[in-house]
Amino acid sequence: MAEMIPIKERMKRNIVPMPEQKPQDRIHNFKEVPLGYTKEQAIHEAQRCLQCKVPKCIAGCPAENNIPKFIEKIVEENFAEAYLEILKTDNLPAITGRVCLQEEQCQVVCILEKKGKPIAIGRLERFVADWARENNIHGKLPEIKRKSQKVAVVGSGPAGLTCAADLAKLGYDITIFEALHKPGGVLVYGIPEFRLPKSIVKYEINEIEKIGVKVITNFVIGAILSVDKLAQDFDAIFLANGAGAPRFMNIPGENLNDVYSANEFLIRANLMKAYSFPEYDTPIKIGKRAATIGAGNVAMDSACTALRLGAEKSYIVYRRSRKEVPARAEEVHHAEEEGILFSFLTLPVKILGDEKGNVIGMECLNMELGEPDESGRRRPIPIAGSNFVIEVDMVVDAIGTSANPIVAGSATGVETNKWGYFIVDENTKATTKEGIYAGGDIVRGSATVISAVVDGKVAARAIDEFLNSGGSLRKK
Amino acid sequence: MYKIVKNEKLNEIIYSMWIEAPEVALSVQPGQFIILMITEKGERIPLTVADFNRERGLIRIVFQIVGKTSEELSTLEEGDELYSFIGPLGKKTEIENYGTVITVGGGTGIACIHSIARALKEAGNKVISIIGARNKDLIIMEEELKRVSSELIITTDDGSYGRKGFVTQALKEILDKDQAVKKVWTIGPAIMMKVTCETTKPYPVETIVSLNSVMVDGTGMCGSCRVSVGGETKFVCTDGPEFDGHLVDWEEFMNRLNRYKEQEKKSWEIYQKQVHTCKFVGGIK
Repeated sequence: MAEMIPIKERMKRNIVPMPEQKPQDRIHNFKEVPLGYTKEQAIHEAQRCLQCKVPKCIAGCPAENNIPKFIEKIVEENFAEAYLEILKTDNLPAITGRVCLQEEQCQVVCILEKKGKPIAIGRLERFVADWARENNIHGKLPEIKRKSQKVAVVGSGPAGLTCAADLAKLGYDITIFEALHKPGGVLVYGIPEFRLPKSIVKYEINEIEKIGVKVITNFVIGAILSVDKLAQDFDAIFLANGAGAPRFMNIPGENLNDVYSANEFLIRANLMKAYSFPEYDTPIKIGKRAATIGAGNVAMDSACTALRLGAEKSYIVYRRSRKEVPARAEEVHHAEEEGILFSFLTLPVKILGDEKGNVIGMECLNMELGEPDESGRRRPIPIAGSNFVIEVDMVVDAIGTSANPIVAGSATGVETNKWGYFIVDENTKATTKEGIYAGGDIVRGSATVISAVVDGKVAARAIDEFLNSGGSLRKK
Repeated sequence: MYKIVKNEKLNEIIYSMWIEAPEVALSVQPGQFIILMITEKGERIPLTVADFNRERGLIRIVFQIVGKTSEELSTLEEGDELYSFIGPLGKKTEIENYGTVITVGGGTGIACIHSIARALKEAGNKVISIIGARNKDLIIMEEELKRVSSELIITTDDGSYGRKGFVTQALKEILDKDQAVKKVWTIGPAIMMKVTCETTKPYPVETIVSLNSVMVDGTGMCGSCRVSVGGETKFVCTDGPEFDGHLVDWEEFMNRLNRYKEQEKKSWEIYQKQVHTCKFVGGIK
């Protein structure tokens, strides 16, 4: 057992840095950028935790993980117990340990944040989950009586998986319906291998299947079966089908051959493994000079993917300034290290092509910042006559997604708002139809993995209450 | 897994396959399509449903060898299984009793036009069908189409069967003499659909095409299949696959069909080399 160190010493120590692949190496491969803490590094970092009497980090964690407790177990070198502690509240620890916004959640409220040295909670969570996977430690289903009620979950992304796992732990009979050939939703089709290895996603989904959740792939709800039909066979339904429909700029030239939605570019690269073409059959454009429009996490993922596929120059083109960039600071930092070229205050107005429909450039306007808009950010205003052309041979639109209407179109009485997202009660995730709940991006629009996880948790609780009090869709 | 219950070679390049997919067979309608993957490493390819049998839970696809995936698919045998098979995708054909209609098919499109012609006939239409190919050997499903059509006209480019010439010549003749034609469906190679639309344009006849774009998910997620129709961007997978052919931007559509030509060629060459090597090694044994 590692020893507890005096408080003074804890305050003095610095954050243990995360070992990472060097930028010049990683731009040539799809392997994970951060390498993960070693056992010694994890213990060293865990020892810094002050074990506050009234810990703020737990309240800061959307999944409500008992952070001080699992960190204490790390100090004690009892990694298996640390894992089981996290698993009580978080069904996807290796995933959330990687892609959660710790810097805005648990870490920002850490008492050591004031000294600029918050505990690296995400890195510790990741270490524990990776250690458990490598050492064959598994969560167990609590010994409770299995219940007879059946719940259908539409979509196997973070919201659907979380809701399914939480309900399975309560004893319900759960079936997830997934439209694609692999479960995981955005975790497998959207987030690149170098940020979230697919073998890890597969493993954590397998763990959820082991506690009794059935996952049916290749099953498009809304095409094979309507939600209305589903409601005849299940007692409750959780709709977590994701936002899923790509948004475009609606500028001339956007249907040229080498213009992608980020969804298409990332689905080809991640889900279909086009970076291993021709071993895998799905092709992808290898641009020499790629432009990604937008500056969110998906844009960073797209630009860094283009680079790894072989682009000599990979641009991020964003209409606002650096200050307004919505991507995680860590992602922006990684992108900059890798040589991604940022073109701020730049608005694409036209994509230029040759007679065969291939992209040869993108015409843009310079912008300046005006008064704040309704989002509170300063509104970008085009500077007339400032047109210029960026020489590129492929463009990726990473400006967000909108609601895919396939599922909603088959759900009578489940109302959507003007953007096509399901209308839900904030506290229960209940839709306008009793017994049907919804969460994740099909409620929020393009949001984060952790917000989807939270929706899944909240919905699971509400569904349990609904079923416990005798509610059922089948009675209707 | 989705079991193949029959694989029939219709001619040198076209195959007909029945696949077990009970849920898809229950809900599919004429005009819709499916997406399949042969293996986990395969690509997702869209194919219009050629026929279905709800009782036996079967879907029929008809495909032509145009690259690696289709060639690999053609080698599968009864009892083999597909890794992935999803559907029914896209919107169904709008079937009504229009009066007199014409269905025009080319290549594997003949199979797709057959299920639409049959539904149109069942709805009470007088269906005139025109099918065409380069030569006699490439004409498929003649008997089946005859059964669902009041009149069947066959054209071949080389005159080896039916009338010599293109489907469009026969189509123009009918449109000239029969004012009653209300609607035309055409399914086949992009160039054939484009020329058919040019042929019908001067006549007051709505012309529906079924587009075979490059797709990935097929459920409206990726936009790979987008096409300009009447100046608006549409997704073939969710807004189509059928559109008013007179409004389709054919140049853009055909350019986008060729987006991956180079890679597709490379992939096919590698596959053929492997198959050859296997056969050669097999021979020595």
